[in-house]
Amino acid sequence: MLHVVSLAVVLSGIWWLLSGYAVLFILGLGAGSILLVLFICHRMDTIDHETHPIHLAPAIVTYYPWLIWEIVLANWDVAKAIVKNDSSLRPRLMQVKSTQKSEVGRVTYANSITLTPGTVTLNADGDSFLVHSLTQGSKEGLETGEMDRRVSALELGKDGHRATSQPAAGETDI
Amino acid sequence: MDLLIDIISWVCIISGGLFCLIGGLGLIRLPDMYARMHGASLIDTMGIGLILTGLMFQAGFTLVTAKLLLILAFVFFTSPTTTHALARAGLNGGLVPEVENDELSEPGADPSKT
Repeated sequence: MLHVVSLAVVLSGIWWLLSGYAVLFILGLGAGSILLVLFICHRMDTIDHETHPIHLAPAIVTYYPWLIWEIVLANWDVAKAIVKNDSSLRPRLMQVKSTQKSEVGRVTYANSITLTPGTVTLNADGDSFLVHSLTQGSKEGLETGEMDRRVSALELGKDGHRATSQPAAGETDI
Repeated sequence: MDLLIDIISWVCIISGGLFCLIGGLGLIRLPDMYARMHGASLIDTMGIGLILTGLMFQAGFTLVTAKLLLILAFVFFTSPTTTHALARAGLNGGLVPEVENDELSEPGADPSKT
């Protein structure tokens, strides 16, 4: 139920932002469309903690600024390597272990790796990712495990009251 | 004040364009497809991020800024997904990465050596 309410709030916000009209008729159309979307999503049974992970929302506020800063640093590193085009380009493959328990956590980690320039997740097999890295710096950055720890902590934001009930449901959903 | 905002905005837009340029250079210069994807990821992180930030300074606190933020959010969620799809397609198609080490002999990928 909480997920339905939050989806409704998000959809209303997006409708209002994208239309930009405060006319009753337009807002009425918006409300109608949102109700239709909610009904369809409910019938398809696609509104759950995985498609709409609101339990991650509080922790994501601190995770994203950190990730954006990492992306800025990695951009600088990769841009330098491309411009210099010398021995700093050292493409490597490596296996990275992920410590996240849920599918959403692993997806967040794999996507964060890919989003950071210099590292791309090629394959995810259980808790082990095959990662292609471009420079020494990007390889070392990933090997510190800082990102893995942070995504795990992000995931644990829900742990307090959900860990006992959610994982089983999460596994069967996949 | 207007001048200051214009300066910040143009610095953002120009350096964003510069990152796009370097990314494009990487697309041509880097050795194989997997390495070239890193060049492309310069464009869809810093390149687009800085250009959109610059445009946000131009737009000020308006609906346009909110829409630019939405564009940024969607790009941030979709670009790693498409990059990953591309990489998977390469691996499944049997394209072997040109790398220094040989981690591919591990399970989960094609065992082969360059």
